[in-house]
Amino acid sequence: MILTTRGLTKAYAGVKANTDVDFDLPAGQTRAIIGPNGAGKSTFVGMICGRIPATRGTVSFDGQDVTALPAHKRIERGMAYTFQITSVFPGLPVRENIALAARRGLGRNKAAVRAKTDEVLTRLSISDRADQMAGDLSYGHQRILEIGMGLAQEPRLFILDEPTQGLAESEVEDFNALIKSLDAETTILLIEHNMNVVMEVAEYITVLDQGMVLANGTPQEIRANAAVQEAYLGSGHA
Amino acid sequence: MNETSKSHSLHLGLIAVLALSYFVLPAYHSGNLASVMVIAIYAMGYNLLFGYTGLLSLGHALFFSAGLYGLGLVMHLANWTPLPAFAAGLIAALVVSAVIGFLILRTTGVAFMIVTLMFAQAGYLTILYFGKYTRGDEGFALKQASRQIAGYDLTDPGVRYFCALLLFSVTLLGLAYIIRAPFGRTLIAIRENEERARMLGYNVTAIKLKAVILSGVVSGASGATYALLFGYAGATFATVQYSIFPLLWVLVGGAGTTVGPFIGALFMFYLIDYASGKTEAYLLVVGVTLVLVTLFLPHGIVGTIRTRFLRWLP
Repeated sequence: MILTTRGLTKAYAGVKANTDVDFDLPAGQTRAIIGPNGAGKSTFVGMICGRIPATRGTVSFDGQDVTALPAHKRIERGMAYTFQITSVFPGLPVRENIALAARRGLGRNKAAVRAKTDEVLTRLSISDRADQMAGDLSYGHQRILEIGMGLAQEPRLFILDEPTQGLAESEVEDFNALIKSLDAETTILLIEHNMNVVMEVAEYITVLDQGMVLANGTPQEIRANAAVQEAYLGSGHA
Repeated sequence: MNETSKSHSLHLGLIAVLALSYFVLPAYHSGNLASVMVIAIYAMGYNLLFGYTGLLSLGHALFFSAGLYGLGLVMHLANWTPLPAFAAGLIAALVVSAVIGFLILRTTGVAFMIVTLMFAQAGYLTILYFGKYTRGDEGFALKQASRQIAGYDLTDPGVRYFCALLLFSVTLLGLAYIIRAPFGRTLIAIRENEERARMLGYNVTAIKLKAVILSGVVSGASGATYALLFGYAGATFATVQYSIFPLLWVLVGGAGTTVGPFIGALFMFYLIDYASGKTEAYLLVVGVTLVLVTLFLPHGIVGTIRTRFLRWLP
């Protein structure tokens, strides 16, 4: 298991966003976390990558307890995280955005940083925009850039919080292809609302509802799960 | 020319112009320019933290006076020679900025501004409290005989000018290098989006502390240079006013630009010089000018040139 949580709980002033979440993610898997709005998905991955301190419970990454580590140390150990709300460095060129991500792992090796940056730019087909300011990019391209920053980190666990939110349909298809191409390279943990994306790219799905794990299973199992249908239909989401 | 060589040319060109100015300008103006270069070092130190890292301090007078008194006191009370005294000034600024930086970085935003202001005020009161040694507001003069380095008399206008130019150039080129280096890029990243920088694995607090220390030491170097070249140290330099000045110079010149702090300091120096010769209400003229600059040049002089015309400006 590359990632394990036990009893992970987050309470905001007594209101529990997550309650005793036990979660196991084998290395190499592409896992989707789904659930109705307010199910505690973002809080859960926030506790995994260290943005949100857990009220109690443990997070183990690669066999080691990282619960006490601050976010930057967890990232250093091989996690990457992309934000639900697009988060880039608007006043820096696209190339520098990616170089900043690559530099963390590659250090002062300028040639390696440059090569990695070029590789990511090419892979995401944004080489022609490398010298534009990130803040001047369209929304879709900013989302792609953000995923590119994650790629440049060469993570062993890549956490994406609603990466296709606000993307056009053609861009979503490109995204699906990208995630599939990453399948062999890294473990992916994906929060996603778009069921087409989930069914297409996820090998395994965890459903959260009201801060707790409701179900785990393959896409087929989840599709057939009565409790899952209840949770979605019951709270008015399709 | 690529952007790096363009910015090298700009910086070396500015230094060359300043060197030539000494031989062209009348003594009055070259004397002024020496002062401007010294305070521009202060402005550049401030700009590193405010313009590049995005941290607005209202207490930099503390770092400036740490350097000023670090050098001044050991020369005045212990008869140190200028070079070791200059080192003492830098060390004083280093220690003060490291301790203060460690404490103030627990806050952000408005709280950060207030806490920096508060510490600087505490520093000012400390200087007054030890008035027996610092002579408080009245201050003390450094003896002309002591202000000599290897036979060069620092009270001589020419020596003073080129000494100021030397330190100005070292600071300008040094900071320009740092800004282009990975460390400087990380500072800008923190300014642009601190949370993103953290989630790329950067230890944001440690990097900001380094920025505070570097900014503090450069500001202290300016204070030490000021005391050495102009032979005076007084508590006035630790007042709130001297914390606000670098903010104004940087805002007017262009925050987050390498030459903006110098341009801002030059502009403000001559504005005050000119206005105070015309009217006693010169601060009114200064105030109105500042309002106009912020209204019409929100990125400052150099910042506006960069936005409108020369995108490559460092």
